[in-house]
Amino acid sequence: MAIWFSRSRNIVFSLRHNLNLSGILIKRDYSPRPAFTNSQLSSKSVCLDSFTSLRHESTAVEKQLDLVQQSDEEDPQELNFPGGKVGYTSEMKFIPESSSLRVPCYRVLDEDGRIISNSDYIPVSEKLAVRMYEHMATLQVMDHIFYEAQRQGRISFFITAVGEEAINIASAAALSPDDVVLPQYREPGVLLWRGFTLQEFANQCFGNKADRGKGRQMPVHYGSNRHNHFTVSSPIATQLPQAAGVGYSLKMEKKNACAVTFIGDGGTSEGDFHAGLNFAAVLEAPVVFICRNNGWAISTHISEQFRSDGIVVKGQAYGIRSIRVDGNDALAVYSAVRSAREMAVKEQRPVLIEAMTYRVGHHSTSDDSTKYRAADEIQYWKMSRNPVNRFRKWVEDNGWWSEEDESKIRSNARKQILQAIQAAEKWDKPPLTELFSDVYDVKPKNLEEQELGLKELVEKRPQDYPPGFQI
Amino acid sequence: MASLLGRFCRKLVVPGSAHGSRMTSTTACGSETVKSLNLYSAINQALHIALETDPRSYVFGEDVGFGGVFRCTTGLAERFGKNRVFNTPLCEQGIVGFGIGLAAMGNRAVVEIQFADYIYPAFDQIVNEAAKFRYRSGNQFNCGGLTIRAPYGAVGHGGHYHSQSPEAFFCHVPGIKVVIPRSPREAKGLLLSSIRDPNPVVFFEPKWLYRQAVEEVPEHDYMIPLSQAEVIREGSDITLVGWGAQLTVMEQACLDAEKEGISCELIDLKTLLPWDKETVEASVKKTGRLLISHEAPITGGFGAEISATILERCFLKLEAPVSRVCGLDTPFPLVFEPFYMPTKNKASSSSSLSSPSKNTHFLIHGFSRLL
Repeated sequence: MAIWFSRSRNIVFSLRHNLNLSGILIKRDYSPRPAFTNSQLSSKSVCLDSFTSLRHESTAVEKQLDLVQQSDEEDPQELNFPGGKVGYTSEMKFIPESSSLRVPCYRVLDEDGRIISNSDYIPVSEKLAVRMYEHMATLQVMDHIFYEAQRQGRISFFITAVGEEAINIASAAALSPDDVVLPQYREPGVLLWRGFTLQEFANQCFGNKADRGKGRQMPVHYGSNRHNHFTVSSPIATQLPQAAGVGYSLKMEKKNACAVTFIGDGGTSEGDFHAGLNFAAVLEAPVVFICRNNGWAISTHISEQFRSDGIVVKGQAYGIRSIRVDGNDALAVYSAVRSAREMAVKEQRPVLIEAMTYRVGHHSTSDDSTKYRAADEIQYWKMSRNPVNRFRKWVEDNGWWSEEDESKIRSNARKQILQAIQAAEKWDKPPLTELFSDVYDVKPKNLEEQELGLKELVEKRPQDYPPGFQI
Repeated sequence: MASLLGRFCRKLVVPGSAHGSRMTSTTACGSETVKSLNLYSAINQALHIALETDPRSYVFGEDVGFGGVFRCTTGLAERFGKNRVFNTPLCEQGIVGFGIGLAAMGNRAVVEIQFADYIYPAFDQIVNEAAKFRYRSGNQFNCGGLTIRAPYGAVGHGGHYHSQSPEAFFCHVPGIKVVIPRSPREAKGLLLSSIRDPNPVVFFEPKWLYRQAVEEVPEHDYMIPLSQAEVIREGSDITLVGWGAQLTVMEQACLDAEKEGISCELIDLKTLLPWDKETVEASVKKTGRLLISHEAPITGGFGAEISATILERCFLKLEAPVSRVCGLDTPFPLVFEPFYMPTKNKASSSSSLSSPSKNTHFLIHGFSRLL
C-alpha cells in the first residue's frame, strides 16, 4: 500500500509538471463534487486526494476540458486518457486502410549485382563475401541433392530453401554465434553457416543413430544446442512468443546477444505472431523477427493471407521498429539484420524485418506448386531474380571469385553431400530404448513397463518390425 | 459449508489423526514453526520461497503484479522486483510461449493462467511445444523449468467459465505433469516440487479452497514428492480415489458410510500424470471395490483412465464394478450447480458405497438412505 502512495506522489508531481496544473490544484477545494461519487475524497490525505482527483479528472472528459480552459498555460488541443495525452480534432476522419504508397524496399545491389550509388550499407570484406557466397552455393547443392534423394525414396520428406539463399546466409552472417536462433523450417542456411555439418544434416534426414534429434522427427527438423539453434517444430509461429522469452532471458543475464526468429508470410496470420510481437514489445525483449515474405503459404498466395501492405506495416501496431528489405539482395539483408541486431541488443527492444523474396521451390516434397501457380512465374524468379547469381556477380566483379572457384565449390559440395547421404543411409537407426527416453527427464514407471512389453513383443515377432533397430 | 471445510482440512493434516491416516508427506518436525494459512497464502509462501531460492526464477501472468485476482502473488513484485514478477498482456498463448522460451534458457518460469477455463489458447504451446520440447530435440533442449498455475473447479457461482476442471485434456499429453493439491499444506509442498521438477508441470489449484481451506502450514522450505499418491484415510471395505477439492466431499461420504458400518480407504492422487498406479492397485486389492470421484464431466474424465487401469490390474480381486461419481456431461451450469456437482450424497448412494459388506449380495440400484 505504501508503494502505491509513493507512486501516486510521483504521478502527481509528474502530472503537475506536464500539465502545469499547479494553479488549478491550489485553487480547488476538496469537498466532494457532483461528478465524483468517490467517498475517499473527503477523508484521505492531501496527497491521495490530489491523485484521486487527478485520476478521476483524466477519465471525466468534460470536466477536464473545463479545467483545461481555465488555465492560461495549458495547450487546449490535448486530452488526457489512461494511455497518455492525445490531441483531439473536430474533423471526423478515418485513417485509410492503406497508405497511397507502399513501404519501399531497402536494397543495395541492383539486379546485375552492382551497388546502387549512394546506398547505405555495411561494407562486407572479401573474406566474408566469399564465405557467404560459398555457403549460398553449398545450400543450393544441398537442397538439390536432398530433394532428389527424397524423390528416390531414400528419405521420407524434404523442404528446400530455393530462392531464399540470400535470406538464409546473409542473415546468419550478420549475427553473432551467441544470438539464439528460433527457426521456422525454411532457414537451414543459418545452421549451415554456424557449422552444422553436411553429415549432421544427412543424419537428421535419415533419422539414424547419429542424429542429434534421435530420429524422433521428420527430416529438416534440425536442432543444435551447440550452435544455439532451437529444434525446428512443425506448428507454425509457435517459436515467436518463445523468442520473446529467450530474448528476455538474454536481457536479464546482460548477455551481448539477442533472440532471432524466422517466420513466413503465412505464419504472420497465426495468433502466436500477435502474441510474440506484443510480448517482445511490452516486455522490452531483444528479439529480431525476420519474416520471409516469399509470396506463398503452400498454395495460398499472400492476397489470400492479409489485406495489409505486407508485414512491415504491422510492426508499428505493436510499437516495433520495422524495415522492409529486398530479401534477394544479400548485402541489403546483411546490413538490415546486422543493424537490427545491434538495435535489439543495445536498446533492448524488438525489431521487425520483412524480407521480400520468392519461394522458387515447392512448399515441400509433398507439394507440386505447378498445380496452383504458373510455371513461367516460377521460371522467371528462378532465372532472372536469382539471389545467388546476383550476389555472385558482385563478388566476381570485385575480383574475389572465378569460374574455377565456382566449379570447385559445387563439385566439392556435391561430393561431400553424396558421401554424407551414403554414410547416413547405411548407419543403424537409434536403439529402441530411445523411443521411450526424454519424454521426461527420468523415465516414469508407465514407460518402463511399456518398454519392457514392446521389447518382449519385438523379440517374439521380429518379422513384424523393420530391421536396423538395436533392442 | 465454509466451517465444515475448515474443520475438515484441519482434520486432514493433523498427524496421526483418529482416522489413522498414514502420512507419507513430510511432516513438520517439532522445531519447525507452522502457521495457520489458507490456500492462497500457502501458495504465496511457496512462490516467495521459489523466487528466493533461485535467482533465475520468474513469476508472470495477467494481473500478478498487484497480487493477482486471488492474491496468490501478493508481495512478490515488491520483494523481487518488476523484472522478475510482472504483468503480461492478456494473451494465454503468449504467456505460455514466453514461459517456454524463458525455461528453455534454463530459467524457472512460474506462469499464471487466470482461470483454468482460459487455458485453451495456450493448449497448442502446452501440447505441441512444452510437452515435446525435450523429446523432439533429442534432449538437447528442454523447458523443464516451466510451471503453469491455474485456479480450477467449482466455486459456487462460477458458471461455464469460472468453474471448469480441464485436467483430463492435459493427462492425455506425454511429456507434461499434472498436479492438483487438496489443501494449503499440500499445495505449498507440491507447488515447490512442481517448480523444481525438471519437467513442465500444469498445476491446478482448487479455487474453492483459496479462502475456505485453512490449515497449519510449516513455514520452512519443504517439498512433497510428485507421482506419489497418499492414503489419507485407511479402510478395508472400499477404496475411494480423488484429488483437489473433491476430497473434502469424499471425506464426508466416508464419514457417513462409516456410520453404516462401511470402512472406507480414501486416496489423494495428487499427481494425475504420471499417476501412482501402485498405491491405488494395492488398496483395491485389499478392499475389492473402487469409487472414483471428480468434478469434471464423467465422459472421458480422468476417472475413466483410473477405472480402466485398475480393471486391468485388479479384475480378479474386484467384487463390484468400478464406480465413478462425477460431474454431468453438460457445460458447468450456474443455477443448476448443486445438481451438477458430484456431492457426497451422490457418492454415498452410488452402488459401490451402498453395498456395505464384502459378503452381501451386490446391489445394482443405488439407494439414497444416506441422503
